[in-house]
Order: sequence, then structure tokens, then C-alpha cells
Amino acid sequence: MASLKDIKRKVGAVQKTKQITRAMNMVAASKFKASQLRMENFRPYASKFMDVLNSLALRVESMSHPLLAVRDPRRIRVICMTSDRGLCGGFNTNLIKSTERFLKDKTKEDKEISLINVGRKGRDFFRKKANIIGQWVDVLSKFDMTLAVSISNDVIVPFIKEEYDELYLVYNQFVNVSVQRPTVVRLFPLPSIGQDVDIDPDKRLDYLYEPSEEALLQKLLPMYVHVLVYRALLETSAGENGARMAAMDNATNNCEELIRSLTLKMNKARQAAITAELMDIVGGTEALSKG
Amino acid sequence: MADELMLEIVTPEKMAFSGNVEDVTIPGTEGEFGVLRGHEAFLTSVDIGQLVFTKNNKKTHYAVNTGYAEVTANKVTVLIETAERSDYIDKNRARRAKENAEARLEKIAKDSDEFEKARAALMRAIVRLNVAEK
Repeated sequence: MASLKDIKRKVGAVQKTKQITRAMNMVAASKFKASQLRMENFRPYASKFMDVLNSLALRVESMSHPLLAVRDPRRIRVICMTSDRGLCGGFNTNLIKSTERFLKDKTKEDKEISLINVGRKGRDFFRKKANIIGQWVDVLSKFDMTLAVSISNDVIVPFIKEEYDELYLVYNQFVNVSVQRPTVVRLFPLPSIGQDVDIDPDKRLDYLYEPSEEALLQKLLPMYVHVLVYRALLETSAGENGARMAAMDNATNNCEELIRSLTLKMNKARQAAITAELMDIVGGTEALSKG
Repeated sequence: MADELMLEIVTPEKMAFSGNVEDVTIPGTEGEFGVLRGHEAFLTSVDIGQLVFTKNNKKTHYAVNTGYAEVTANKVTVLIETAERSDYIDKNRARRAKENAEARLEKIAKDSDEFEKARAALMRAIVRLNVAEK
């Protein structure tokens, strides 16, 4: 049995761990709140943007844009969006796993694959395993639309130059605080827009377009990519902090559990020591009186 | 009240401005244009430039990035990727950005992709400086 002193030291250590996990939980909670607020602030922009894009797409008869070009998907590029920091439960692990599965499937189909990593964790994992051609590391703690724009431009230009044929984005879709779902979406060629939307014809305003509808659409499509990437970034950031909150909450609870069982053990050990000492004394006096 | 116009400036970060104004000037890709109440409904893209609106006879300046503007008779919605109000712009930073962009432009070939990027960066820096000085 471990000595009393050892157990005492252990209890102290666990207590310190608990303090840290609790603090991390609170930090994650406040960061989570901030990212949730940003998601809410983004919503009007995204929904207005989609409205205009859809109504524009409906008016343009046939859309042709390099970003919509469907080619034989031989060379595939994948963006894997993880967090920069760990200690957030299965957040990154799950995402990396589904990325790996996706890559494996595509490799089986004899595709040529290149990978872009957003976030340190994914980069570290794939460093020696895949053909990484781009990385964005240590950017997620503080980012704005410019980050989404630079990431997007990094993929738009090579796609237009036909350096690759299809682009997929793997990210954690934010469902709620405790649920993040790894999702694979195809970015390029952009899925057709405005086909499955029903806009009330009465509500559709007849605008004057300047420049023409087509030219305007050409301008809006890259912005659409920015919106998609930015949304994924926001969801990643919110999901990461949500996952960390849950993980740290669990860790704190586990610490409490551990402290409880260790305290019990410590009390038992102390009691055992007292009993042993008493036995000694009793034995001693008995021996004396007999003598 | 009758000749007031509702203006909304929406960015991904936040609603940068929302309220009634007397007029607004927007840097469209086809040239700058002014909007008063009762304007014909139209939609246009917005370029890097300066957005100015008048409210209570006071002009407010914004440095804006690409996006689009939707104009109806009594409402203007401007959706842009960034919008900075003149008094929030850090002049020194803008000046540095301008110098950096100029230095970069010197170095690179005119037909490269980088050139277009650097040109846009320079444009933004110049606009920011101009707006900051208003």
C-alpha cells in the first residue's frame, strides 16, 4: 500500500490539474461565446449575399465561369481545416480520421491528391503522409475575412489555371456546443447555384444591372467562395472551443472523482497507521504488565 | 423625413452601419455614383474605394473593399468584405502598408499574378490614407 505521504502528494497534484482544466474550461467558454457572436454577425451578410446570388443566377440563362468548369476529376485538392491547438477532445482526431478515409478512397480511384492544411494539428499529422502544397498555421486564434480571402485566392487561381480539377473542403460542421460533425464538401467546381431555390416571383425585384448580369455574376462567384471558406473557419473556431469546453468539463469532473477516491484511500491509510500504532502500544503495555 | 434614405452597410464581421441618411456616394466598379431617395432599383458591384454618406449634414467616410450594392427606392444595402470608418483607421499603419505595397510593386513583373495582388493592396492603402485624412 502506498504510503500516506505519497497519496497526499498525489491529491495535491490532481487538485492542481483540476484548477488548470477548470480555468481552461472557462477560457474556452468565453472564446466560444465570442465565436458564436461572430457567427451570428455573419448571418445577415451570408443570407443577403445568397439572396442576391440566387436571384442573379436565376436571371442568367447559362452560367459560364471558370469556377464552374467541370473537368475529368483526375487531380484532386483537399483543404483540411483543423484547429491550431489541442486539448479539445476528439475534435481534431475525428476530422483527421475522416480526411484520411476520404484521401484513401480517392487514392484507390487513382487520383492525384494534393493537400492544403489550415490549422496546426492537421499539418502536424499529415506532414509526412501526404503531398502538402499549402498550409495556414497559427491563424485561427484571431482571423477575419482577409484570411478567408487569402485562402480562397490560393485555391481559385490554380483552379482557373487548370492545375487541378476538383477541390474538396473537410471541416467540422458546427451542430451545437457538444456536437461537431466532420463534413466533406466539394468547393470546385462550384455546385450550380440557384437551381433548387424557389424565390417568390413577386418578391423578385427587377433591377437595373450595372455591369451586365453575367459580368456581375463573375464578380460575385469568387466572393461566394470567400463566404463559404469564412463560414467554415467560423464553424471550426466555434466547434473547437465548444469541444474544448466539453473536454475540459469532463476532465474537471474526472479530477473530482479521482480526488474523492484518493482522499478515501488516504483516510484509510491514516486509519491503518493509527491502528497499527495503537496495537504497538497495547502490545507494549501488555508485555510490561506480564513481566 | 420624406427625402431620407435607409442605408445598411453589411460586412462579415458586423453591421457596420444602419440608419437613415440624406445621400450616399458609392465607389462602383463602373465608376462612383451617388444615390438619393427615389433612385431606380439597381444592383452593381463595388470596388475598392471611398464610400461617403451625409447624415444631418455631416459627412461620414468609409474605406471599403470589394462587394456589391443593392439600391431600391428607399433603401441601399451595401455588402462588402471590409469597411473602415475614417476615424478608426490607423494612419501610420496605412502609410506603412502603402510603402510596402509600393516596394513590392517595384520588384515584380507586370504580368505575374502577384502584380495584381500588390496593385490591389496598394489601392487599398491609398484609399485608406485618403479616407483617414478626411
